[in-house]
Amino acid sequence: MSNDSSRDQNVERRDFIKALATVPIFGFFLVNLWLKLKKDALKRKNLLVDLVQEKKPPVVIKNRSNGKHLNIGIIGYGGRGSHLVRGAGFATKGWTDYAYKANQENNLHKAYATFMSQDDLNCSLVGVCDLFDVNADLGIDASKNDVGPGGKPKYHAKRYKHHTEMLQNDDIDAVIIATPDHWHSRIVVDAVKAGKHVYCEKGLTRTFQESIDVYDAVKETGMILQLGHQNRQVEANDKAKEIIDQGLLGPVNLVELTTNRNSQWGAWVWNIHKDANSKTIDWETFQEPSPNKIPFSSEALKRYFRWRCWYDYGTGLSGDLFSHDYDQLNQIMGMGIPKYASASGGIYFYKDGRDVPDVWHVTLEYPDRDMTVLYSATLSSNNSRGNRIMGHDATMILGGQSNAGGVGGFRVEADRESTQYRERIEKGIINTKYPIYNYSPGSKQIDGVTSATSQYFANKGLLYAYRDGKRVDPTHLHIKDWLDSIREGSQPKCNVDVAFEEAVTCAMATESYLTGRRVEWDPIKRRLV
Amino acid sequence: MEPTHNINSLTKINNAQLYGLVILRVIIGWHILYEGVAKLINPYWSSAAFLLDSKWIFSGVAKAIVSNPALLTISDYVNVWGLTIIGLCLMLGVFSRYACIGGMVLISLYYLFSPPLLGLEYGRPGEGSYLIVNKNLIEIFALYILYLFPTSHKIGLDRLLQTKLNFKGIL
Repeated sequence: MSNDSSRDQNVERRDFIKALATVPIFGFFLVNLWLKLKKDALKRKNLLVDLVQEKKPPVVIKNRSNGKHLNIGIIGYGGRGSHLVRGAGFATKGWTDYAYKANQENNLHKAYATFMSQDDLNCSLVGVCDLFDVNADLGIDASKNDVGPGGKPKYHAKRYKHHTEMLQNDDIDAVIIATPDHWHSRIVVDAVKAGKHVYCEKGLTRTFQESIDVYDAVKETGMILQLGHQNRQVEANDKAKEIIDQGLLGPVNLVELTTNRNSQWGAWVWNIHKDANSKTIDWETFQEPSPNKIPFSSEALKRYFRWRCWYDYGTGLSGDLFSHDYDQLNQIMGMGIPKYASASGGIYFYKDGRDVPDVWHVTLEYPDRDMTVLYSATLSSNNSRGNRIMGHDATMILGGQSNAGGVGGFRVEADRESTQYRERIEKGIINTKYPIYNYSPGSKQIDGVTSATSQYFANKGLLYAYRDGKRVDPTHLHIKDWLDSIREGSQPKCNVDVAFEEAVTCAMATESYLTGRRVEWDPIKRRLV
Repeated sequence: MEPTHNINSLTKINNAQLYGLVILRVIIGWHILYEGVAKLINPYWSSAAFLLDSKWIFSGVAKAIVSNPALLTISDYVNVWGLTIIGLCLMLGVFSRYACIGGMVLISLYYLFSPPLLGLEYGRPGEGSYLIVNKNLIEIFALYILYLFPTSHKIGLDRLLQTKLNFKGIL
């Protein structure tokens, strides 16, 4: 009996031991998991992650738009103009139908939802001025479309043939200027003198003198100017600024900015509208401010739709693309106007009659800050070089190569000869092969941005911004910032002071290229030497 | 005489064979468990990146999942908790035949959503060189072996369920 019971106990004990035989392995797993978590936590603490993630993203989406209802006019309802007006809440019926259908066919196409979830900016589009009848009609159409974040529009827009007529309308509070660059300064000056607030597309001006004229007119009248660098609304740039302000890159002596495009679109060889002719386009008004004039012809039509290719109407890479990268850097590092600028390049690929270079480089010198900024652009290679802020302790890589989750992200890599991180590198806490910080907004959110055009801008952070993980169009935020500043009497993010810095820097680079000499900025006499 | 174990109605195996199978079960369990836990503790993890890179016959389904936030959330939960629970079951030897089936289904999905077939190129970098056969496929069939030759009623918590709670029928 007792033998039987001891055998039973033995069997039972053996059952237990065999049943629980692998539990110690699970314990071993847990111990290792705990050790790994501890090691990761220590590593993270020693890296930048805690430093930068502790801070909340800026909360910009608070509704400040409930004050005065504002009436706005658009001057230049072309490709960019229509995007800006959409940012204010008005899209053509054609666009909303297209975007809606695109989303029905492909769930990943989010343009419609992004547009419809924009804040109602409490404004009306009441005036449209465009020299091309087709575009003017589209602008009027946008003002009448019931489909939009603000619902049924209060007012419909009126067509104006000339901006001076529009500025005489006392009901208009503010104007958006998206004409070619050679018209910017005249319209800005006329507008602020007529008491209108201004949103002006980049580049602010075509020449140095125009930059002075615009700055003085805006300052004298006290009107609110917002320059169209929507990168100012991109959260990643604020994060990048935080990191640099904390000195995590160490001393920075060199910054490299790049533009890399390789398509007809990217080189401004845009379609000539099939309905464009001498009756539908006011060519004489178009070319009025340009130094050289030609009669209406097929060449004129080319210039009308591809104006970025000629110095008569714009500044080529300078105002169109360098201005973006410069302004991003100015936002992150507060560069201001350089002491010297020298530029070089040529028309090496697009020998299509243009007079602006398609390969172009600028060197900006900031001796007071011990810094050089290099800008290098090509319109015949997509090799995405990214923008690099190179410090003694670490390098920050934005856009392009950074590929940190794609949209508007950046990464920071420690330098193996860093002084600040030496100890951590020696201890193996920092491995210089891997980024010490990766910023990829919206990494959990996926969108179907697939076209080359969209991808280009998305990588630069120009199409989408993220606020608390929600995707928003920075152009919308930028327009909102402008309208809210008008209501509050405050200064918007890309106000006249930083706009002036952009304009003068671009003008210095353009002048250097055109004259083949180094250009110096004299801040006392406000002139170029 | 060398001790033998009845691991199913037809098969008797010796100690070495039993331990070999148990070790296989435990290390696959460890792998699957950590795959789950690693995703669980990473707040930025999402199945979206994997799904977006899907090729072959299920790529349409993958894109449909990604474009629907509710489906994506479900996919994330199923992955994280599926892997964690299956891994735990294999390691501890509890309900391990069901865990084998679950693991085979889940890993088959990984295989089918992005199989290393000729002519399919993937965006994410691979950690090895594969032609049709990859580690997922091998793990699927290793789980199949564990399903055919169960060991948890010999070494594992299933033994207790069987002897104490008479769960014999379902194990």
